[in-house]
Amino acid sequence: MSQAKPLGGTIFTPFFIAMMVVFAIGMYFLGVRFMNGIGAVANINGGYPWGIWVVYDVVIGTALACGGYALAITIYLFNKGQYHPLMRAALLASLLGYALGGVGAFIDMGRYWQFYHLMMPQHMNFNSVMLEVGLCVATYILVLIIEFAPAFLERIGAKGLLKALDKVLFLFIAIGILLPTMHQSSLGSFLVAMGYKISPLWQSVYMQPVLALLTALCMGFSIVIFEASMSKAAFDLDDETHLLSKIGKIIVGLLTAYLVVRFGEIIVNGKFGLIFAGGKNSLLFILETALFVIPLVILTSEKKRNNPSILLWAAVSMLFAGSLYRFNAFLLTYNPGPGYSYFPSVGEIMVTLGIIAFEVMTYIVLVKTLPVLHKPKHA
Amino acid sequence: MMDRRSFLKTATLGTAAACVSTVAEARPNLEPAPEAVGMLYDATLCIGCKACVSACKETNSMDPVINGGNSQYDSAMDLSSDTLNVIKVYSNGTAEVKDSETDGFAFEKRSCMHCVDPGCVSVCPVTAMRQDPLTGIVTHHADACIGCRTCMGGCPYNVPQFEYDEAFGRIQKCQMCNQEGVERISKGGMTACAEVCPTGATLFGPRTQLLEEAKRRMTLKEGDTYNYPRGDISKPDSYHEKDLDANYHNHVWGEKEAGGTNVMHISAIPFDKLGMPPLEDRSYASKSETLQHTLYKGMALPAVALAGLTYMVKRNKDKDGEE
Repeated sequence: MSQAKPLGGTIFTPFFIAMMVVFAIGMYFLGVRFMNGIGAVANINGGYPWGIWVVYDVVIGTALACGGYALAITIYLFNKGQYHPLMRAALLASLLGYALGGVGAFIDMGRYWQFYHLMMPQHMNFNSVMLEVGLCVATYILVLIIEFAPAFLERIGAKGLLKALDKVLFLFIAIGILLPTMHQSSLGSFLVAMGYKISPLWQSVYMQPVLALLTALCMGFSIVIFEASMSKAAFDLDDETHLLSKIGKIIVGLLTAYLVVRFGEIIVNGKFGLIFAGGKNSLLFILETALFVIPLVILTSEKKRNNPSILLWAAVSMLFAGSLYRFNAFLLTYNPGPGYSYFPSVGEIMVTLGIIAFEVMTYIVLVKTLPVLHKPKHA
Repeated sequence: MMDRRSFLKTATLGTAAACVSTVAEARPNLEPAPEAVGMLYDATLCIGCKACVSACKETNSMDPVINGGNSQYDSAMDLSSDTLNVIKVYSNGTAEVKDSETDGFAFEKRSCMHCVDPGCVSVCPVTAMRQDPLTGIVTHHADACIGCRTCMGGCPYNVPQFEYDEAFGRIQKCQMCNQEGVERISKGGMTACAEVCPTGATLFGPRTQLLEEAKRRMTLKEGDTYNYPRGDISKPDSYHEKDLDANYHNHVWGEKEAGGTNVMHISAIPFDKLGMPPLEDRSYASKSETLQHTLYKGMALPAVALAGLTYMVKRNKDKDGEE
């Protein structure tokens, strides 16, 4: 039995009500999208078929939801049981992030009423990265529900069910490590088929899955630090810095590997000069790289790592770095040729913000009503 | 501790071995279909009348696109879900001389190139894009499509277009007049655009014959007289003699680009000036599929990984419980 407890307290705080307003505005634009078509809300076009609903909600949103994945690897693959106190909150955030990534994919789907074709063998195209991502993400959402189920079962006191679930949980945890490894790398593989539309500095072809996976893991660990720090501030919880700083150390390893592959690919393929070629793409690459290097520099120092606020800044920089890497590759430097441009519309942004608001509200409600976080202090 | 280390070592080596053995079988570009049909667009013959544009709209029951006050002509500027074929204009400087790169102008056609190794077919998760195994014609099947629009990103020519302005939209693209209900090619006919082209600028026919014809034209020089066929190159309706006003740019677009296309273009102007994309000979589909099949061939790699993960998780979870 975990030592996590429901936090209790009022749900309808001013912050929560503000989130509800954002959500309501998002829902209005979503209504317009379903009544009058995607074009009535979003600025996507013939050259830019994917806007922020795919690139933020799915590609970045699910990477930000890799906390559960990253911690599962640490706890169950590297046998670091001491991270258990962080697990449930991370799983909940992962579940919400992925579920809403799924919702994002659905509302962006032009023919959403046929979405189930993805699951019908007679329709499946096994050459397609999209098929792998679609099936894998859908399955992982189910796995996350099962992994998070103990929190709910504890709450309703279903002891028998809890025990039975615990016996088979290892299998779901294993699947829950395999699936994100598959689809997070595939989110990078998407870029291969887009060929020249992806700027050379981001078109690493066969290295795409490696770079996507390494950054997703870094983002997963960073979001654990971020959530734990935020929850601690918001709900006055135990200080977990001793655990979080060790996570910072893991990020150093992953980040180093990432930068070696990233720059290795660029140098080996003779693209190094492009970094200093000037123009928008050079600038974005340098900004992105700086955001990756900041956490590396901070987290390498043990002293800085143990300072909760500096640690948080490193995590935030890492989250921005991974997000910008994806935004850069999929949108900001994406070039389908002359005559096309894209910038998200107000409605498009509001739908995405509405989804994020819903995610935050659900998180707040669930940590207040289910045993997710650790409170009060225990020795 | 040693246990885990040796396990990880074995797992890593096994994974690496599996990768190496499958990478060796990189998927090459697809070859042209055995009875591939296509079109040859010769920009030097095009007079910009856009008869092909209206014939295309008629065949596909699509409304004209009107830009500005001119309602006499379909004035579509680019491909869209209402325009599957469009004539664009290149112009430079004073734009006085036809088919001259400097101070000249030229026409260029945009429509589905019917790739030999089509990206749209490769990336579609639900097989809504299909290539006819005999003719190589790439068709779209909205009854299967989920509207994810990966085909749009995966098409080097931005051909598939989604009906963003419809609540229940669909992807539209040129299907070489062989979609269900039209089937001009299956019935032994030719595409509507080739049929109405008055100068033979758009020529229909078997890919091999069109490619031969294109290469023959490459050998001509300014001032030479050539007998140009109209309609279907395998059974031309008529011919017309014309003196060459400009040298061809020595490049048959679609012979090799990204594995080649069944719709090929020739012109007096280099293709990068006409907005053609920067493509290598290797198709993106072949790279993407090489990657996917390396990682997921027979799901062997994921299965091995899952077995290893299950073992590790079970072991560590049981140990956890004892503590």
